[in-house]
Amino acid sequence: MPLYAAIIYSADVDWSLPEYADETKEYMAFAEGAAAVIRGGAALYPTATATTVTVKGGKGGDVVLSDGPYAETKEALTGFYLLECADLDEAIRHAAAIPGAWNGAIEVRPVLPLMS
Amino acid sequence: MTTGDTTPSGGSVTSSAPLRSADLALAEFLRGEGRRVVATLTRQLGDLALAEDAVQDASLRALEVWARDGVPENPGAWLFVAAKRRAIDILRRERSRFDKERQATIMSALTAPDDAPHDLEDDQLRLIFTCCHPALSTEAQVALSLRVLCGLTVAEVARSLLASEQTMAKRLTRARTKIAKAGIPYVVPRPDELPERVDGVTTTVYLLFSEGYASLSDGPALRSALADEAIRLGRLLTVLLPGSPAVEGLLATMLLQHSRRASRFDANGDVVLLADQDRALWNTALINEGLALAAAAITHSPRHPERFAVTAAIAGCHALAADPAETDWPAILRWYDVLATIDPNPVVKLNRAAALAESGSPGEALADVDALVGLDSYFWFHATRAELLARRGAAADASVAAQRALELTDSEPQRRLLRRRYPPVPGATSSEVPL
Repeated sequence: MPLYAAIIYSADVDWSLPEYADETKEYMAFAEGAAAVIRGGAALYPTATATTVTVKGGKGGDVVLSDGPYAETKEALTGFYLLECADLDEAIRHAAAIPGAWNGAIEVRPVLPLMS
Repeated sequence: MTTGDTTPSGGSVTSSAPLRSADLALAEFLRGEGRRVVATLTRQLGDLALAEDAVQDASLRALEVWARDGVPENPGAWLFVAAKRRAIDILRRERSRFDKERQATIMSALTAPDDAPHDLEDDQLRLIFTCCHPALSTEAQVALSLRVLCGLTVAEVARSLLASEQTMAKRLTRARTKIAKAGIPYVVPRPDELPERVDGVTTTVYLLFSEGYASLSDGPALRSALADEAIRLGRLLTVLLPGSPAVEGLLATMLLQHSRRASRFDANGDVVLLADQDRALWNTALINEGLALAAAAITHSPRHPERFAVTAAIAGCHALAADPAETDWPAILRWYDVLATIDPNPVVKLNRAAALAESGSPGEALADVDALVGLDSYFWFHATRAELLARRGAAADASVAAQRALELTDSEPQRRLLRRRYPPVPGATSSEVPL
């Protein structure tokens, strides 16, 4: 069955802080409900902790670091799930149940199967 | 821009042409058969792109063989078998296009005991929902529908949507890739998902209809065939969703508008305005069917009428008037008010203003039109303004507005109408500041 990444873009939150306990609970409830299709995923620390790495001048060139996420947007990449679903419709049904869908947006992308 | 070009692919035959060559007739017949075979083969293979490629190749082969040996007794079955063979060839040749697992699945579907085309309506309904999946852009939905559901060639789709063939080929490829890689399913959605899907499907089918309807006279025959195709799809949807006000309203709207088909242009191909149309030419059977469906659509959505139930009601008001003076403009105006609450966009307001003018308030209507924003590149905005200005005796202003409308249409009959009705006035130039 195909694998989908459900990438969560929402307000830049710090999941480690107690004030987000309620929202974290909602995510845990989602994870429980969708346990049958979740194959992986993670919550991310806020964008303030991000470092962007670029290699200038092509492969083997200079490593350039900058502070912050790659794209400065109102809605940050805050986490993702890997969902194994029969088709896009099923993936969309699950994505719509992720709390980020009403606090932000979920990008659903098919995962390229790795050659074995 | 595209209306005058003629190619041997079948697009250039006007409905008034006395004879069609056997080849064109065969090609057109094949288009219909091919469309059904694509639907069935897609269900079997689970791969729209492969099914399309295989059927296209098989159609070319059929054109050769049938022209030589005659059309077989069961052309659908012939084409189906030929397309299956072709799909096997493609699978063997283009290994890189499919991963091993997928190739094995498709191959076993292809070599499984044959099921001849059956349950065609179901297969086509599945395809409608695949092509009109909300995960695809509207442009992609329309292009795919023209290609897959109506069986147009890529060149014809491009011509219909006023895009270059290259652009259209890319757009179609992107859409097919998304269907395949993102796993857009080839199914009729579950009942609980239908309401949200029906909206996109009905909108797309109506866009197809409009595409054909807008150019019945000066466009190639294939565009007028689009209106028929859209109606066919609308009928299919009523099979799936009996009692759905959106679908009933959609079909009613199309039937009622289509009922005027024979009267919309005169023998010279000139536009005949609604008020001047010979109502004896209106198709009574389509009107009766449309009115019954419009009534059902309104009945089935009493409190919050569906958008298409309302457009059907408006088309019904026109159809019910035996002569123009009998048209119930106040009723039409009220329906536009309802429509504006469902779909508050400037085009609806423009149409409302036109109804207001006909109801006896042309001055108020002109003020309403002038207050609209965002329609400067919309043909009907300037055409409506020209008419309202002309009625107030402002011939020079009307001529300027008509000039702007002229720049925005490719339809020769529309252009002739504008030039005839709003002749240039000395001193009037189109240097008017756009709104």
